[in-house]
Amino acid sequence: MVMASLTPITSHLTSHFLSTPEFCRLSQSLHRSPRQRRCTRKSVPEKISASIDLKPPPYALNALEPHMSKETLEYHWGKHHRGYVNNLNKQIEGTVLDEMSLESIISASYNKGDILPAFNSAAQVWNHEFFWESMKPGGGGKPSGELLELINRDFGSFEGLIHEFRLAATTQFGSGWAWLVYKEHKLDIPNARNPCPSEQDKKLVVVKSPNAVNPLAWEYHPLLTLDVWEHAYYLDFENRRTDYISSFLNKLVSWETVSSRLEAAKVLVAEREREMEEIDAIDDMDTIEPEDTYMYFGSDADE
Amino acid sequence: MALRALANGKTLGRLYHQQIRGLQTFSLPDLAYDYGALEPAISGEIMQLHHQKHHQTYITNYNKALEQLDDAIAKGDASTAVKLQSAIKFNGGGHVNHSIFWKNLAPTREGGGEPPHGSLGWAIDQHYGSMEKLIAKMNAEGAAVQGSGWVWLAVDKELKRLVVETTANQDPLVTKGASLVPLVGIDVWEHAYYLQYKNVRPDYLNNIWKVINWKYASEVYAKECP
Repeated sequence: MVMASLTPITSHLTSHFLSTPEFCRLSQSLHRSPRQRRCTRKSVPEKISASIDLKPPPYALNALEPHMSKETLEYHWGKHHRGYVNNLNKQIEGTVLDEMSLESIISASYNKGDILPAFNSAAQVWNHEFFWESMKPGGGGKPSGELLELINRDFGSFEGLIHEFRLAATTQFGSGWAWLVYKEHKLDIPNARNPCPSEQDKKLVVVKSPNAVNPLAWEYHPLLTLDVWEHAYYLDFENRRTDYISSFLNKLVSWETVSSRLEAAKVLVAEREREMEEIDAIDDMDTIEPEDTYMYFGSDADE
Repeated sequence: MALRALANGKTLGRLYHQQIRGLQTFSLPDLAYDYGALEPAISGEIMQLHHQKHHQTYITNYNKALEQLDDAIAKGDASTAVKLQSAIKFNGGGHVNHSIFWKNLAPTREGGGEPPHGSLGWAIDQHYGSMEKLIAKMNAEGAAVQGSGWVWLAVDKELKRLVVETTANQDPLVTKGASLVPLVGIDVWEHAYYLQYKNVRPDYLNNIWKVINWKYASEVYAKECP
């Protein structure tokens, strides 16, 4: 696809030019080669800094038609998502956030709610990648297997989930996202642990978030998302967000992807539990030194 | 949605009852110009959707929330009354803000874009140096709004000073200061510009100044700072 469009140009160029930064910039600016983000720069040694990539959706930009138009994808991915990637790279260059993974940048810049400037860009990059992967051509239908079991357990029925998800997406006022997440049962106190953990605690939950915020901020495991910023639906649906939500749920959502994300989340949660058990085992082995008890009784125990 | 509800006899009965109790409901104000009259700065398509769909929806939902609030207050249901506050802020704010916005705009042949001459013009030059500097500041702040919101030129009626402020979502300007009176508000929600300017909000901001109604802003200013 790319080479066909470049043939008239390349016939005039030497192979030397093909490996220069100028050519890289030219090919990137043609916007036709989302997969060709990095050019090898053999002839011009240059410092290559770690930077965040613009990941393309796992399907062509017209593949979701007629439910999500090619025009929408071209702007939404090609301008909005790309803009967040470019802004983020500018913001992190030369800082400690450079060289970090995207998720680490998000949690560092979320800064427990005292948001730092790079957060908006970083979170939006993550959110959009997650969104493209939540959809597929010929999507919709119903989930199956363990995902469906958990849905039935936590929402009563598939229809129950759909109802809640629609509600979250409709009532997220202004810009934001609706999510299906897998939530471990954790108390919100930093060093507390659930005193009565059970299999039933690990729940599927629907949440909504404003602007760039995502459930990673609450240490939930996101499984599915829907972008309800107006730019996500305005070209196809104008103000009719409800119709957009229906189109997404009936024709685009990839339940297979949601299932595999659930698998991965459960593995992570199980690992974390094992780690917690190991820490507990070590704690139990500690003996309390006699001196330690004096700490509880204040200054009259001092020598 | 409001029209279908009105057809229901039970709702008619409740509306009558509320009129007796004095609950005022709201309706969509008319524009002083045609939808296409602000072109090419703002397209007729956007103006029509913005007015007939977005503003109307805020009004419909505001009326509904007020009705529910009225009920909750009458029953002494404090938790419902509190729960309704966000719907009131969103939708009531949307109605307040858009009502001001339509007055902030005028076709160029009716003075849209014509800079203010009287006391407001002087105050702008005094405080910001020039109209260009004010516009640059408002454009920068408007472009920087994350997600949805508004950028405002306001007068602080206590301090008698001009202020540039932004608000998130549909928060009315008073949420940033009880003494702030809006003079010019620019909607930077994506629905205000997307069909025409797509993701390029700065282009929308650059162009909207051609249809800003400084006559209205001057009148409001003169009233607060005679």
